[in-house]
Amino acid sequence: MRSIRLYLHYVSINIRCVMQYKTSFFLTAAGQFLVSFTTFLGVFFMFQRFSRVEGFTYSEVLLCFSVMLMEFSLAEMFARGFDQFSGMVRSGEFDRVLVRPQNEIIQVLGSKFELTRFGRMLQAVVMFIYGIIQSDIAWSFSKALTVIFMLIGGTAVFTALFLIYAAFCFFTLESLEFMNIFTDGAREFGKYPVGVYGEKMLLFATFIVPYALIQYYPLLYILGRRKELIFMFLPLLACWFLIPALMFWKFGVKHYKSSGS
Amino acid sequence: MKKYLSFFRLRFTMGLQYRAAALGGITTQFAWGFMEIMIFAAFHRADASAFPMSFSATASYLWLQQAFLALFAVWMMENEIFDTIINGDIAYEMCRPVSVYRMWFARSIATRLSRAVLRSFPILIVAAFLPHPYGLAAPASLKHFILFLVTLVLGLLMTVSLCMLVYILAFFTISPAGLRLIFDSASDFFAGALIPLPFFPEKMQRIMELLPFASMQNVPLRIYGGSMSSYEMKRAVFLQVFWLAAITFAGNALCHLAQKRVTVQGG
Repeated sequence: MRSIRLYLHYVSINIRCVMQYKTSFFLTAAGQFLVSFTTFLGVFFMFQRFSRVEGFTYSEVLLCFSVMLMEFSLAEMFARGFDQFSGMVRSGEFDRVLVRPQNEIIQVLGSKFELTRFGRMLQAVVMFIYGIIQSDIAWSFSKALTVIFMLIGGTAVFTALFLIYAAFCFFTLESLEFMNIFTDGAREFGKYPVGVYGEKMLLFATFIVPYALIQYYPLLYILGRRKELIFMFLPLLACWFLIPALMFWKFGVKHYKSSGS
Repeated sequence: MKKYLSFFRLRFTMGLQYRAAALGGITTQFAWGFMEIMIFAAFHRADASAFPMSFSATASYLWLQQAFLALFAVWMMENEIFDTIINGDIAYEMCRPVSVYRMWFARSIATRLSRAVLRSFPILIVAAFLPHPYGLAAPASLKHFILFLVTLVLGLLMTVSLCMLVYILAFFTISPAGLRLIFDSASDFFAGALIPLPFFPEKMQRIMELLPFASMQNVPLRIYGGSMSSYEMKRAVFLQVFWLAAITFAGNALCHLAQKRVTVQGG
């Protein structure tokens, strides 16, 4: 309870700090909006030419893309501190974190709260509403609940990925470029349902990094292609991915050697 | 000229030192290219007749795009240049008896080339050995290949000259973050980095091809696969030369203006 209060305090400091530079904030948020907007245009123009891909129509792909984008922006908003963690390790800032009598994850999480991701989030919400209007899904309580589960599970999975990304810095000091394929790459390629990428990719996204659990399977449930209730709860199951990520982080902290600067 | 050549050599040898980073880049770009190909393959399965060019040419386009990412990615700008403008070190640069524009130009080309030299060959070699429609095919003909090399160089010069505009605009805005975001995403879209230009609706494609952004990766990557008619190729090369001249001229003029009214940030 105390740590939650502390985290909220961190967040409020961060927000007040950002709000000192209002113009810069709104420009960056607008930029964030624009960046994902061009990705949307890419999808839009592909569907001007093709009517469907692997049986998914334009509006269904939009739903998939928007939920994925929301999940990613939420995780990025909260867990941005991990994304910039390499700087913290290299500058020796992490030494100071360790000597404080408080959980180190809360402190790193609190070091940065990226409110500008709000721009991306807004883009995702607009697209989501547009997707809902365009598609003819018979909405029900359980389907709406599935969307919320997707947001929870997705935020957890991306946060776990950021955590792994940060934990690598304990060993390499630098952030690793290839990890981008799992975070930014997943955001980019998650615009299409994982099933599009073939059987092997689906297996990978089910059992290794659970993208499919937060995107493909619940989407099938929402679109009414699968009726089994398990598809509704799969996104929550995806939260298991936080466990190995946390273990890896703990392992990293144990092996942390100060960079000495 | 000799001065700029040594600037170039310096940055180029420096860039070649980052081999571990290059390895990371190769893995990322390879995975990225692989995923892109899977998407286009899925669209091809859905409706092959709607494809504006052969699937093999599309795959070649995507692999070349990943291999030469360092040459054409506008977002790979030199952070150091922005830093000198923001923290005031620009004052030292301006003391030197060299043109700031040419110096930065030489150094940007060197950085991009050194990255591409390290990264492109492994990707090209692996992509060439992939099974037929998914891999990098041989160039359409010897003539196409030579023209590909020429336009590749022109495209690189074009990319650097566009990035130069952003560096110089940073003189006026001081905080370049917003400007960069907008420039990056707009040029990625218009250059054919998101989806190749032939995949856009015909009317839009015709307009987009005239813009300076289309003179970067769009031209060499499409010439390689032979999906342009000889008239289109001639026009594309002409446009490349035209835009290169226009943009470098504008950049030089703007740089002149910026240097006259530069305020060095203290600190």
